[in-house]
Amino acid sequence: MLSALVVVLALVLCTWGLGMGADGWQAPWQAWVDPGQRAILLDIRAPRTLGAFLVGALLGLGGAVAQGLFRNPLAEPHLLGSASGAGLIMALAWSVGGAWGGGLLARLGLTVLAFVGAVGGVVLTLLLARGAAHTLRLLLAGVVVGVVLGALTQWLMLWSAEAWRAMQAFMLGNTALLGWDACALLGAMWLLTLPLALAMSRVLDALALGEDTTRSLGVPLGLARGVLVAVLAATTAAAVAQAGLVAFVGLVAPHLVRGWGAGRHRVRLWAASAMGGALMLVSDVLARSLLPPQELPVGVLTAVLGGVYLLVLLHRRPT
Amino acid sequence: MSAVMLQARGLSVARGTATVVRDVHLAARAGEWLAIVGPNGAGKSSLLRALAGLWPAASGDVRLCGERMSPGPSRGSLGLRARQLAWMGQGLASEEALSVDEVVALGRLPHQGWWGWPSRSANDRAAIEQALQDTDLLALRQRTLQALSGGERQRAHLARVLATQASVLLLDEPSAHLDAPHQRLLAQVLRTQAQRGCAVVSVVHELPLALAADRIAVMQSGTLLACGDAGEPAVHRAIETVFAQAVRIVLVEGRWTALPCY
Repeated sequence: MLSALVVVLALVLCTWGLGMGADGWQAPWQAWVDPGQRAILLDIRAPRTLGAFLVGALLGLGGAVAQGLFRNPLAEPHLLGSASGAGLIMALAWSVGGAWGGGLLARLGLTVLAFVGAVGGVVLTLLLARGAAHTLRLLLAGVVVGVVLGALTQWLMLWSAEAWRAMQAFMLGNTALLGWDACALLGAMWLLTLPLALAMSRVLDALALGEDTTRSLGVPLGLARGVLVAVLAATTAAAVAQAGLVAFVGLVAPHLVRGWGAGRHRVRLWAASAMGGALMLVSDVLARSLLPPQELPVGVLTAVLGGVYLLVLLHRRPT
Repeated sequence: MSAVMLQARGLSVARGTATVVRDVHLAARAGEWLAIVGPNGAGKSSLLRALAGLWPAASGDVRLCGERMSPGPSRGSLGLRARQLAWMGQGLASEEALSVDEVVALGRLPHQGWWGWPSRSANDRAAIEQALQDTDLLALRQRTLQALSGGERQRAHLARVLATQASVLLLDEPSAHLDAPHQRLLAQVLRTQAQRGCAVVSVVHELPLALAADRIAVMQSGTLLACGDAGEPAVHRAIETVFAQAVRIVLVEGRWTALPCY
């Protein structure tokens, strides 16, 4: 039932997103008869809608993995240094390499670099926190890494005009430039990371009972942690490399499905992923329709909505 | 005499700069329930963790079914060890929204393998049902841990250990939070496991429950002060000594029990 609801919501929003234009809502089947409109639908709106869904799906999946791995309901890619690590590497790539163009190879190259940055950010956070055992220390380390790497990113942007221009859209999160190349990459990464995460779902369930219990159940914790950090980094890197820093989707999506009673990670992982995709579609549609004809960067909207949600969550939790 | 399932030989355990377990020689045999007692900070839980292979030995070693437990075992031997030996710690996590059924099913993880799509075989389902029945949890199987009382949660973790069907059970304060009827149920469960041929080792705070075991190991300040049959006077004297004469072991209606001396 939960899954059906999420899928239906996503499909409805897909249709809406496809039909959304400068003149307001227009059903895609009405525009289909006009070749010009059809080209816009197929080459601009369709990849943007699919791409936005996939970005959200990857962030939702990454958030569910992070919360399970670190046994921390506030863990998400942005709070653990992986997004800021990916951001720094992207800024470095733009300042050193200049414009990368929009081809599949360039996107692939940026994604690989973002992956390296994301892994580096998480590892740095874990090193500073001396492991993932202490929740508060982990979150504080994540904040420190985020601030320091963010400052370095800003410095690179000031230093290089090329990086400045490219990073403007990136820092605020943007789905407007998602084409079929980006969709192919995002889709491939989602198809790779979702089964990998699902294969680790019992480890994530066991981790909920503590690391010692997990080890006593015969799980090689170091290897399992490595695989999960790789999934977290890959999901973040792919999303960040294509759509920039989209905040809070990774935090909110797993919480929304947690509230609906999805306890096991086998359910929660893919439900959080679907919910993340749906949230991104909602945000994208709102970003396009709140201040017409202007378009808000989608990251600004997710940050505002996510920030409010986080505050509500903090006040609801007893501790 | 039954086979030795788990053996510590000259085992010492260090945490940071402190040595928390010193030169312990201890054996747990098949068909036997061994209770470890001692005051707070005696090193009971540390000993149990080292016996489970969760903490490394600073010196000495632990042998499981005659094989030395290595500190960094291969993935294959980790799985084998988890099928032979099940451990339950104290102060277990309770915030997670896992249901009782899902927690108990995790006990089958060593048999299923940690990697891959979760599915339950007929053996898994039978073991889970049996464990839920043994711990009086069938009616609560769909409830989440969050929604349970401390005692019910404790039983869920006990059921997880039972579902593993391991031949060595290491339980750290399994009676914590349990009411009197469920303490009696726990004693019956541990006795049944021992009768089935398991070696049961449990850290116990409730001395009457410890005195229901086959043997008792008495610890103080990281060392093993005495170890012997639950009815041995020397063991009783050791218990009274480590608890600063605050308890007295007496025979009531043919059973040994502990009376507080206030």
